Amino acid sequence: MTVNVLMPALSPTMEQGKLAKWLKNEGDAVKAGDVIAEIETDKATMEVEAVDEGVLARILVPGGTENVAVNTPIAVIAEEGEEVADTADHAPTDRVGEEDKAQKQAEAAPPVPGQTAPQDEPGEANKAATKAAVEAATPAPKATSVAKEPSATVAPEVPEGTTMVSMTMREALRDAMAEEMRRDPNVFVMGEEVAEYQGAYKITQGLLQEFGARRVVDTPITEYGFAGVAVGAAFAGLRPILEFMTFNFSMQAIDHIVNSAAKTRYMSGGQINCPIVFRGPNGAAARVAAQHSQDYSAWYSQVPGLIVISPSNASDAKGLLKAAIRNDNPVVFLENEILYGKTSEVPALEDFVLPIGKARIARPGKDVTLVSFSIGMTYALQAAEQLAKERIDAEVIDLRTLRPMDTATIIESVKKTGRCVAIEEGWPQCGVSAEIAMRVQQEAFDYLDAPVLRVTGKDTPMPYAANLEKLALPSVADVVTAAKAVLYRS
Amino acid sequence: MVEESGVAPASASMVPPFTREQELTAFREMLLIRRFEEKAGQLYGMGVIGGFCHLYIGQEAVVVGVKMAARDGDQFTTSYRDHGHMLASGMEPRRVMAELAGKRGGYSKGKGGSMHMFSREANFYGGHGIVGAPAPIGAGVAFANAYRGDGRVSLTFFGEGAANQGQVYEAFNMASLWKLPVVFIVENNRYAMGTEISRASAQIDLSKRGAAFGIPGKQIDGMDVRIVKATADEAIEWCRAGKGPYLIEAQTYRYRGHSMSDPAKYRSKEEVQKMREEHDPIEQVRARLIADGMSEDELKKIDANARKIVAEAADFATADKEPDPSELWTDVLA
Repeated sequence: MTVNVLMPALSPTMEQGKLAKWLKNEGDAVKAGDVIAEIETDKATMEVEAVDEGVLARILVPGGTENVAVNTPIAVIAEEGEEVADTADHAPTDRVGEEDKAQKQAEAAPPVPGQTAPQDEPGEANKAATKAAVEAATPAPKATSVAKEPSATVAPEVPEGTTMVSMTMREALRDAMAEEMRRDPNVFVMGEEVAEYQGAYKITQGLLQEFGARRVVDTPITEYGFAGVAVGAAFAGLRPILEFMTFNFSMQAIDHIVNSAAKTRYMSGGQINCPIVFRGPNGAAARVAAQHSQDYSAWYSQVPGLIVISPSNASDAKGLLKAAIRNDNPVVFLENEILYGKTSEVPALEDFVLPIGKARIARPGKDVTLVSFSIGMTYALQAAEQLAKERIDAEVIDLRTLRPMDTATIIESVKKTGRCVAIEEGWPQCGVSAEIAMRVQQEAFDYLDAPVLRVTGKDTPMPYAANLEKLALPSVADVVTAAKAVLYRS
Repeated sequence: MVEESGVAPASASMVPPFTREQELTAFREMLLIRRFEEKAGQLYGMGVIGGFCHLYIGQEAVVVGVKMAARDGDQFTTSYRDHGHMLASGMEPRRVMAELAGKRGGYSKGKGGSMHMFSREANFYGGHGIVGAPAPIGAGVAFANAYRGDGRVSLTFFGEGAANQGQVYEAFNMASLWKLPVVFIVENNRYAMGTEISRASAQIDLSKRGAAFGIPGKQIDGMDVRIVKATADEAIEWCRAGKGPYLIEAQTYRYRGHSMSDPAKYRSKEEVQKMREEHDPIEQVRARLIADGMSEDELKKIDANARKIVAEAADFATADKEPDPSELWTDVLA
């Protein structure tokens, strides 16, 4: 019996990687645990071990191949003496088939998607919701992680004719930090694994080499303590960039973020500023379950004295992180692990700084306003494309900054469309979308033709099982359903 | 208190005697704090000061002794029992008192109050209301000193109650790991609110609390300003030489309750009385000055001057206006 060796996923969010080289040749005997190949991702180089004993019968993907999708068969291991005729016939035996997964998801799908909708939702919308739920459960592969990059419309912040460069959000964040560190000797980076390891998510890659250990500081695993140390350094006039490996761990440090960083300027009558950036990945990644998947957008954006930014693409990430580092206030900069590897166009300007507190109209439209931020934008923009096929012209607003929130841009849009759906991955109660809904009803009530609806993460801890995780997160279908509901369309 | 700890602190005979000038400085500074705190207590009773108000009476030798060892530019950071530290840092008594009263002339324009006060120019970094918070913040101030290589030392105070907080040990670890110039001064006044130290701490010799991180520690009689000063000299020199942090446990005593609303039923009147009569930090200096030939009259003049400064501060604070309502919205963001 032959066994396919599949391209492994080396991190929760990895979708593809480079098959760097083979360490065994066709015909070589292998036993379980032998290193047979090396895989490179944008984060690391890893070794692939054989899981079975036998002969490396076929190499299906040659060494040096880029962009090999996770789960692609890369080799076949056969029992000694076994004939391996046609590799294409070999279905992987060690993985559940995609069809099986889809079937299970369909079974688990509730009849109505869980976007937060009023109880007296119009009947048509209910039907549409059911339909959408079924659609959502069909094997549209990995709706949460393969979303297209928000196609940034030409932002007014970028002068016409500017050359654009494709880069990942990871590179954009790194460049932003490096540029600001070159510009201001008081800027330094600290956090767990930011220096020698080059960043747990490789956001600080290369910074140690350029700036040295004085300005790129590895900390012990001690969030409460190092958040306090960084805040003290900021009080004394330095400009720390504090990386949390993920914002889930910032909960240990939230006392210093809120009590020390956010409040001291006020408590000192304006004498002591705290120019610090708390940054790191926030929210759900993939399959890391309840304690590593929480979205803190609503938590931090409730606190006066903080600025909260959560970008959706590389360009905004760069321009806003540079602005955050220069800002004299404590800034909570919420990134997203799934977006780190996404590529988009970044202006090739010497000093590209975006305004804090300004939303971006990512897609103009006239029928319904979709408001979101961060990874929520992937659902919103894809939903807008689907809606366009049904001749619904959605306007999509990317908040970018959550606090201060650019209410004016939302209100202006809702006055035009009369309908609004707010989308976020966070929990519904007291969420960012709840705040948006409140502001819209308060400032544009007379313009509304339907209640504001929300599409949010479900009101549960994040489950581990793939199907449940998918159900717990918003989907494009949820957004489409909600948009149609506010339009009374089915 | 010294006897009860089971560890003999450095005795007065082991430290250099103060000059007449040093004795007078210590006397003047400690007396100013004492009179200021007595006045604050009165104003609290009159309703001029509200909220929480934690008096430093009895502990004056700790901050004054450390201040006498410090150099210009060294920074002070402490918790919410902070009035003494502000006066020792050279902050104006009237503006401190105005802040206690929630008036516009206060250091924080009336928006911080007793527990949250700062002065950039006096290098006073608070005034923190969260128990334990001064430890990492003070270490962070020291981080900035080390980053700049400017030779300053961060003098970081907290109580023996705070010494049980996890963040204190996170700060100890990093301070030692990175050789930060910070002196941690634990003001052990024996009661964390109403809990006597032996009911809350498995190891009551707090000078040992840095040992696991390689931080040298010394337990001292914090009621004797000479001992505090001499120990702080050593500690600050250690830090300035780039050897990393230093820990001082200053055994002291607060005469008043934890805050104004604390009747202090957890200890006997006799215990307080004995401490005042036998160990009072100001009386010790007074006795030495008298023995050295100072006249009672000269010392009374110093006291009268302290009372005058404090009375003026109280008058200023009482007469000053509340903040303008528009101040509600200012200083939230830079």
